Amino acid sequence: MSNPLKDMDKPDTIFAIGTNMTECHPVAATGLKKALTKGAKLVVADPRKTRLAELAHLHLPIRVGSDVALLLAMAHVIVREGLTDQEFISDRCAEYEAFETHLKEFTPDWASGICEVPAADIEQAALWYGKAKLGAIYYTLGITEHICGVDNVQSLCNLALLTGNLGKEGTGINPMRGQNNIQGAGDCGAVPANYPGFQPIVNPEFQEKFKEAYQQPDLDLGNSMTKVTALNMCGQEKNGIHAMIIDGENTLVTDPDKNHCEKALKALDHLVVIDIFLTETAQMADIVLPASAWGETDGVQANTERRVQRLRAAVPSHGESKPDWWIISGIAKELGIPGFEFDSAKDVFNELCSLSPIYKGLNWDNIGDGNYQWPVPEEGHPGTPILHQDEFKDGKPGLFKIIGYRDPAEVIDDDYPVWLTTGRRLQAYHTRTQTGRASGIDYLLSEETLEVHPDDLAAWDIADGSLIKMASRRGEIELKVEATTRSPRGTVFTSFSFAETNVNILTGSGYDPITQTAELKVCPVRIKPV
Amino acid sequence: MINDPNSTIAADLSITIDGQSTTFSEGETIYEISKRLQKDIPTLCYDDRLDAFGGCRLCVVEVEGIRNPVASCTTQASDGMVVKTAPPKIEKMRKTLLELVASENRQVDVDPLRGLASQELSTLVNKYGARSGRFAGAKSGTTNLQDANPFILRDYEQCISCYRCVRVCAEQEGDYAITVANRGFDTQITTEFNNDLRDSDCTFCGQCVQTCPTGALADKKALRSEELPEEIKKTRTVCPYCAVGCSIDLMTKGDKIVGAQPAMEGPANKGALCIKGQFTYDFIQHEDRLKKPLIKQADGSFKEVEWDEALKAAAKGFADARAKYGRHSIYGIASGRAPHEAAYSMQKFIRAGFGTHHIDNCSRA
Repeated sequence: MSNPLKDMDKPDTIFAIGTNMTECHPVAATGLKKALTKGAKLVVADPRKTRLAELAHLHLPIRVGSDVALLLAMAHVIVREGLTDQEFISDRCAEYEAFETHLKEFTPDWASGICEVPAADIEQAALWYGKAKLGAIYYTLGITEHICGVDNVQSLCNLALLTGNLGKEGTGINPMRGQNNIQGAGDCGAVPANYPGFQPIVNPEFQEKFKEAYQQPDLDLGNSMTKVTALNMCGQEKNGIHAMIIDGENTLVTDPDKNHCEKALKALDHLVVIDIFLTETAQMADIVLPASAWGETDGVQANTERRVQRLRAAVPSHGESKPDWWIISGIAKELGIPGFEFDSAKDVFNELCSLSPIYKGLNWDNIGDGNYQWPVPEEGHPGTPILHQDEFKDGKPGLFKIIGYRDPAEVIDDDYPVWLTTGRRLQAYHTRTQTGRASGIDYLLSEETLEVHPDDLAAWDIADGSLIKMASRRGEIELKVEATTRSPRGTVFTSFSFAETNVNILTGSGYDPITQTAELKVCPVRIKPV
Repeated sequence: MINDPNSTIAADLSITIDGQSTTFSEGETIYEISKRLQKDIPTLCYDDRLDAFGGCRLCVVEVEGIRNPVASCTTQASDGMVVKTAPPKIEKMRKTLLELVASENRQVDVDPLRGLASQELSTLVNKYGARSGRFAGAKSGTTNLQDANPFILRDYEQCISCYRCVRVCAEQEGDYAITVANRGFDTQITTEFNNDLRDSDCTFCGQCVQTCPTGALADKKALRSEELPEEIKKTRTVCPYCAVGCSIDLMTKGDKIVGAQPAMEGPANKGALCIKGQFTYDFIQHEDRLKKPLIKQADGSFKEVEWDEALKAAAKGFADARAKYGRHSIYGIASGRAPHEAAYSMQKFIRAGFGTHHIDNCSRA
């Protein structure tokens, strides 16, 4: 998030797109609800009538995967109506003229045909956001889990740049990250393209820095590989991946195209899984190493607003389970890899801080209970709750990006005539390895259903509550239907939480070419009674 | 806002509280200013995240020039005001009020596992020596044992009609799942159509439980450990689910996790939690937890082994792959669920061990 959670009640206009915040980030959503009681306007773009959409002054139930068209048309209206912040654009942005020219043809009428919402509503959304004194954008995976996820995010950036809604309290572009420490995993360098602290691996300066720090003279310059590619390369003869270590991820259930994923993991010579349960993925491993769980380990995590917070052990580790860092260090030491003589989580965290410019001012003892939001470039620095206040990263201008609309990887046709979109539910977390084992949750959510508009059920002659078969080009699953107007006509929804109804057998039609994030939000399907 | 260092205090507005003179900013209540001066004014209906309510009347103070005591939580200070927070007359009134409140409830003393604020009534009753039993009379509220939900006990015989639960649900959560029916001794906190919570707009965030000053609303799940003899210990940590990063206190008795309570000072949540942070901590002590390292046997079954053997076998597989296929044949996936130390170690394992960037995390899923 560019702006802090505590300021979520401050905007006068909120544009929430692709975020089911009351279910996925309920505590953050309370901030938006407070903004509403103070009189803020809320525009929600989401194919589904989520709780947040019910609270909105304007709900745009756009067709799944049509976000870019909506955002282009909103930018078109903002420019046409003279609602741009010309001072912000001239002081801090670049390539505006080309963008302005690009926008000319993308009228609300044009977008209406793609998004399947009235042009007047698109116009209204643009006018409200364009006229906002303090306009804030919030988004989640509904924006990123598309073949055009990067285009979607950049389209949102274009809107914020046009209106100068950045770098001020109560504004910003605010992605709500999914997992507790997904921000932290990136901060720590557990990504292909960056060393810790987002230092690019293509930069020879950082290559030298880490050659020395890690005592590894053969450290590659560039030459990275994402997990998606790695799974494609499992067992391949040329440039193949043959050994893998997975920590705390139920890859087989969370990732798209389950059958492909299963084949990939089977093709490995050697698979080590570190986890707290024998998950579906762990069952495929050659070696399973039991990790200490949350509540049993000391450590650090970073939240969606870049706040670095301490985790503390409350009980001893279960059985002989050990902290992840201890396990990984143990394997490293067996392999003779230098630099793994850690005695505690504190040692590991302090090494990270010493190598990461955004954590340079932090250490185990000064982070307290979340005193800082990074970047904290030196000790004594107060941290950075609001990004982009006076300048963008490295003093570069904010670039308008020329983006065009593309159809999803697969679109509906006679064989697969229904849009499926997937997501999460309040009472379950991801694949339920944890919430599914918490007592009481079954009272509220004991099985997964497919949410279908009642008119669709009537048209397909399917009874509410009955079992159906749902197939995509990759596979087929069975589950019960639930009639609800949360789903628009022609689009159905289910979560991926239940392994029994693993919807990721169906997904995986395409990937964003830049991030390789899967298009989990769009999958044409056909539905038949059982 | 109490103790807000950013609030500008106009130098020309001043108030005298218990003989101590201080400045204040316009709009501040007598209670807020008194709290800043560390005055210990008792309250039962007050939660500083919510609009002041003025229901319990315990926070009344004496203001010079005003005949009757005023509720300090709802009375804004005015320039030149002279306030006494605890003169004998007021303290006597507070004691009587507490005697009345205590007489309405089945019991004053409740297990602290019931909720974060559950000890507020008993603490005040003890402080004011208000266990006289002078007013053994009518009781209000009917406990709803029919609601079979596994999380929230609705023990309304303990209810004192402070409405904190109703207000936190509306003002803090924006859910409006519960409301007040009837008045006086017939007052009852209820849902729309008197349904079970499951059939209302309740999201089971537990905020009503944690703000209840008497334990009328109680953490049913935590109360399962009521009989365990050990003292409750609290450990401050952060919720393990989404990336909002809510601060919570894990409650333990001995080596058992018995509950979770929100941390009011949590920088990301300011005391708020959702159902996951509030009620789903117990997976970590589930019987399915892995206890020992496992190595897969030829028949596909797993065999429990010691750490030394497991680490050697894990390392050997990577050494073999490197020897047979080269250093680029190895890949590491870090967790977005585990702490920094896990992710940092994993990327270092790959980069320092094999000199590659064959490392990723689960953010692409």
